Amino acid sequence: MTLRPFLQQGRPDLPATVFAPWADPNQKPLIRFQNVTKRFGDFTAIDDLSLDIYEREFFALLGPSGCGKTTMMRMLAGFENPTSGRIELAGQDIVPVPPNKRAVNMMFQSYALFPHLTVWDNIAFGLRRDSMPKIDLQRRVEEMLKLTRLEKFARRKPHQISGGQRQRVALARSLAKAPKLLLLDEPLGALDKKLRQDTQFELMDIQEKTGTTFVIVTHDQEEAMTVASRVAVMDEGRLIQVATPADIYEAPNSVYVADFIGDVNILEGTVRATGPNRYHFTWADTGESVTAASERPFSDGQTAHLAIRPEKVQISAERPEGAENAIKGKVHDIAYLGNISTFHVRVAGERIIKAQSANTRRITNRAFTWEDDVWLSWTPTAGVVLSD
Amino acid sequence: MRRAILILVPYLWLLALFLVPFIIVGRISLSDTALARPPYLPQFSWDEGIWAFLSQLDFENFWFLTTDDLYWKAYLSSLQIAITATFFALLIGYPIAYGMARAPEEWRPTLMMLVILPFWTSFLIRVYSWIGILSQEGYLNQILLWAGIIDAPLIILNTNTAVYIGIVYTYLPFMILPIYSALDRLDGSLIEAAEDLGCSRLQAFWLITVPLSKNGIIAGCFLVFIPALGEFVIPSLLGGSETLMIGKILWEEFFNNRDWPVASAVAVVLLLILVVPIVLFQRNQQRQAEEDR
Ligand SMILES: Nc1ncnc2c1ncn2[C@@H]1O[C@H](COP(=O)(O)OP(=O)(O)OP(=O)(O)O)[C@@H](O)[C@H]1O
Ligand SMILES: [Mg+2]
Repeated sequence: MTLRPFLQQGRPDLPATVFAPWADPNQKPLIRFQNVTKRFGDFTAIDDLSLDIYEREFFALLGPSGCGKTTMMRMLAGFENPTSGRIELAGQDIVPVPPNKRAVNMMFQSYALFPHLTVWDNIAFGLRRDSMPKIDLQRRVEEMLKLTRLEKFARRKPHQISGGQRQRVALARSLAKAPKLLLLDEPLGALDKKLRQDTQFELMDIQEKTGTTFVIVTHDQEEAMTVASRVAVMDEGRLIQVATPADIYEAPNSVYVADFIGDVNILEGTVRATGPNRYHFTWADTGESVTAASERPFSDGQTAHLAIRPEKVQISAERPEGAENAIKGKVHDIAYLGNISTFHVRVAGERIIKAQSANTRRITNRAFTWEDDVWLSWTPTAGVVLSD
Repeated sequence: MRRAILILVPYLWLLALFLVPFIIVGRISLSDTALARPPYLPQFSWDEGIWAFLSQLDFENFWFLTTDDLYWKAYLSSLQIAITATFFALLIGYPIAYGMARAPEEWRPTLMMLVILPFWTSFLIRVYSWIGILSQEGYLNQILLWAGIIDAPLIILNTNTAVYIGIVYTYLPFMILPIYSALDRLDGSLIEAAEDLGCSRLQAFWLITVPLSKNGIIAGCFLVFIPALGEFVIPSLLGGSETLMIGKILWEEFFNNRDWPVASAVAVVLLLILVVPIVLFQRNQQRQAEEDR
């Protein structure tokens, strides 16, 4: 997983600082959701949600289908009004403002390109509504065409270009008005993996060039991790965790988040403190104890979960010397993924623990095969202890 | 071989139901009236041969149509009535189609049904019933008098107004259905996208909804205009002496004057006038089919 160091742009005189306005109490958020609830009939789509998003952020909303991501976007764009609560844009309450009066543009999941207009006219559509002088309008459209590399297709209609090109038209059209806030609802859903990755980097490039604030909806977690400055993991209309991609991955705040993002082993057990930030974790299945570090305090005997990423579990033939945590098992299954292999190791009867190792050698020289006895080991800081 | 037969079938159909009748009508229009049975000359006979027959045909009847200004006035008046009626059908039909397309999903089959329902009774009976509504003692006048809106009954029946009402009423479904089908296919997110880009509701309607239902509008207009132009039943039942429509003239030439050749000439000219919109209509349909692909 690639994690992008997110750097502040446009201040070449200053050394690049890490971009983290959410950590700075003096920063004013661009968007502020205050106790927003949205009900459709008696169904609660968004449940008392509060959230701040800052200028120049690339903010990703992540969550399972039906958790309310699109509803959030539609409230920001003005197509839905919250049942209760307040939504602010740059300090101003935008709930009573109709969509056409908001400095917000949306790139629709379906692109929603106007089929009767050429690519050029699609991009110019929003600018014409502002009755921009013709010269400026032309310049702006050309600029957008160039940015999205669509110059050659300007005279074509949407049905005469490819899916990827259409997606870029939709992006150009929503960017043309230089909105304060750009909403992208699953913008890359229809693209194949290669084109999707290219476009992700293109989006990040555009975001850095234009300095627009982006809110992107996706249910591809890898995409969220790649592009976002912060990720919000949602479930049933509530925010579960809002943090940087690295924190979401390395320090999830709940089993739900740990399980939702990436591959993870989750062990159930009880904890007992052994020192400052140090705990004994007794695995409920076997009664075996492992050591785990945790910044979060736990009381003795509290039931908890230990979440460990497979790539942090070492696999070896012998018990590694000096390893604090080691468990014996048998190789049950091997998933070969090219660059890495995932070993499914059966420990203590039926329980499966996954361990990943990089394939630095050719496959014929693989160290372990099915039914081999192996040792799994990890450091105390490899896992995260999570309360229920 | 199978392909050839498949292609042949529609052509044979066209030949039997369009080309052959047209040739017969065309041939009569080139003949002369006669007190005979059938009432025109020449008749083809094998003894005299094809050349003797053809040499007796001429364009006299078409020439005659230009000498009496009744005919071109009737053509013009028909055109004017058909165009006006089409315009009103569009004015009434578009909002209805729009309302249907915007109605909740579960209502739409019912609404569609209501639009098609009149076709279940005879066209003639429906036109007759308008007489009962529009006449001086009719329901409309009774209601208006009772409500105190008017003091004396309105004279609607046997005027051009009644003809407009009749045509618009009869052909309204042909206007509604193609427009509805175009609006139904319109993706609602396009309107939202337009609003998102700064359009008011009304602007979004003119800039997105109307252009995207253009094909439906064109199809609807032709479907009303083409039959309205040659309409005979509605002007003769609802119209009055002032109503001049070519369909009525045609009928009178055939049945009152028993002048089949002149009547045929009128029909041929009417057909030629109709060919232009029919070809345009076909073009529109074809273009739409291509766009949908
Ligand atoms: N107009 C509506 N009327 C009733 N329920 C709605 C409406 N719009 C959304 N919902 C419900 O609200 C919930 C959240 O919908 P939303 O479209 O925000 O989900 P989502 O997170 O975008 O899901 P997906 O990833 O599938 O796009 C869903 O359960 C949906 O059924
Ligand atoms: Mg959605």
